[in-house]
Amino acid sequence: MGRIVDQFLQHVANALILGGTYALLGIGLTLILGVMKVVNFTHGELYAFGGFMAYYFVSGLGWNFFVALVAAVMLGILLGALIERLVLRRMRSADIDSTMVAMIGCWIALQNLSLLVWGGVAKSVSTPFPTEPLMVGPIALSWLRIFVLCAAVGLIILAYLLLQKTSLGKAMRATFQDRDTASLMGININLIYTATFALGSGLAAAAGALLGPVFVVTTTMGNLAALKAFSIVILGGLGSIQGAMIGGFILAFAEELGSGYISSGYRDAVGFILIILVLMFRPTGLFRVRGERIG
Amino acid sequence: MKNLSTVVILLLLLTLPFWLQDPYYQHIVITTGLFIIGAMSLNLLLGYTGQLNLGHIAFFGIGAYVSALTSLGFDIPAFFGDGRIVVEPGSPIVGFVLAVVIAGLFGFIVGKLSFKIRGAYFVIVTISFAEVTRLVALNWVELTQGPLALNNIPPMGYNLPFIGSGEFWSKTPNYYLVLALGLVCYVIIRRIVRSRVGRAMIALRENEPLAVSAGINVTRYLNFAATVSAAMAGAAGSLYAHYIRIIDPDVFLFIYTVTMVIMVITGGKGTLIGPIIGGIIFGILPVGLREVAGPEIQWIVYGVAMVLIVMFLPQGIVPALLRVWERKFGSGNDPQSERRQRDGTAAKPAPPKGKTLKATGADA
Repeated sequence: MGRIVDQFLQHVANALILGGTYALLGIGLTLILGVMKVVNFTHGELYAFGGFMAYYFVSGLGWNFFVALVAAVMLGILLGALIERLVLRRMRSADIDSTMVAMIGCWIALQNLSLLVWGGVAKSVSTPFPTEPLMVGPIALSWLRIFVLCAAVGLIILAYLLLQKTSLGKAMRATFQDRDTASLMGININLIYTATFALGSGLAAAAGALLGPVFVVTTTMGNLAALKAFSIVILGGLGSIQGAMIGGFILAFAEELGSGYISSGYRDAVGFILIILVLMFRPTGLFRVRGERIG
Repeated sequence: MKNLSTVVILLLLLTLPFWLQDPYYQHIVITTGLFIIGAMSLNLLLGYTGQLNLGHIAFFGIGAYVSALTSLGFDIPAFFGDGRIVVEPGSPIVGFVLAVVIAGLFGFIVGKLSFKIRGAYFVIVTISFAEVTRLVALNWVELTQGPLALNNIPPMGYNLPFIGSGEFWSKTPNYYLVLALGLVCYVIIRRIVRSRVGRAMIALRENEPLAVSAGINVTRYLNFAATVSAAMAGAAGSLYAHYIRIIDPDVFLFIYTVTMVIMVITGGKGTLIGPIIGGIIFGILPVGLREVAGPEIQWIVYGVAMVLIVMFLPQGIVPALLRVWERKFGSGNDPQSERRQRDGTAAKPAPPKGKTLKATGADA
């Protein structure tokens, strides 16, 4: 009996840690979707990019682990801004399907570019954390994972404060609600779009840089991450930040418990089945925020 | 003029194995042909109803697996109780028919479930569906052998009274099979899009609320298009399985759907020959690129091409060429069929009068 409880608690602990990074991924994607009405298929690539940059700075250049993480996120923000300026700005008047196809094109190009640069071999990122796990009663927690959870929660709070307390955040929320009116009120829409895409991309890169050391960094790691981010966003309702946060944790719990108690082979299918079910019965997501306009 | 070019193209296609004898190129032609069929069927949904299905490869894969499993037979434990489900190896023709029917059925179900939603939601549901089918193929090892793949799939064959029986081991008969399927699909799609059903589909692509208010049963036409499109992809998947003779869960990879989408949007979505032109370009391109660069470069080129095409040629190559042709020769010698086709594609520049006519015309 005790064993079953212990095992369950271990699953819960794992899910909490995974959920933090999932929430980061989901928030970035939902922000872009909500403000810009762009289904961002490059999100997974930004995630992989964050992982590779962390790897390069730590293993290639021998930088301090924490400095490397910050640098990876910064570069993610930069790459996001670049994609927005080069591709999305030119497609502002295009319909959502054309933009989607362009983003798929970017995704494929970026992924194969990274395959060309890094090769197909998985990379592991070394960390300064002790490998000895922290034992909380019967549950084993690795120090690295605890750090990942704390960093993810910290970043989520930071993003939330940025959106709620700064004038940039206010402008983003205004654009989210009504682009044309926001523009009439003197908000520079181009700037807001670039900032939004850069912020969302930075969050994805942060998720990749944080999870890279936990697992390994591969060129295809972005594919599943992108699809999972979509499931999280759908669970939470398109464009809802709080929804994405909760959706991230729901997906993590569903995966962790599903793979622990049903079948580990279908771990990644859990999310997809969840979205299909949610869309069948509650197409606006579990926590649709009222009064927000979503395309 | 138009009839003459059709005859020339048909003759070229029919004699292809005689003037293109290199087995490597024949192989490219066959696989490209199957992808073109996939692209044509995708176009029925994407081009004519405006729904971007990013899980189209699932129907191709389902067709391939159904056909392979029918011809190989299987023996799996029953879902309930201790019994077993045993299927004896059957004829590949039966497999083909079942592949069409079952893929069509899945198309119907997916359409039924997901046409409540549009845009981004629809896209994500279809991706999820394809991903789930891939994971099932990977994990249901008793049925599909999982990553070990289904090997030694028998080639397509026939067993007819009076004529006898035979099996298609070599490339030439497989080429003719693909050509025949392609022609049948082309004719079916052409009949659909030029009928009342097709006009209804175009009407709802152009302006769904207007189409609904004109009394068009949107969901019914969407379901119809989804079912036909899935059945055609399933047929192509079946021929693929019996031609390649080995199937693993990688047939469900997202990248294949993307290939079909590229073919459709490059050639011109919502045109009959667009997917074929796009398919030929993206069938030949990798062959040329392979000599000078690795597969990564090839995919980078694909990706960049996708971005550039939606940016600069959002309607695709065929409508752009038609417009140039029009400007040069005027509309005097423009055959009626071409004109009708162009009406369906040149969505943005079309005069509003044409739009209204289409929306109501479908119901008149």
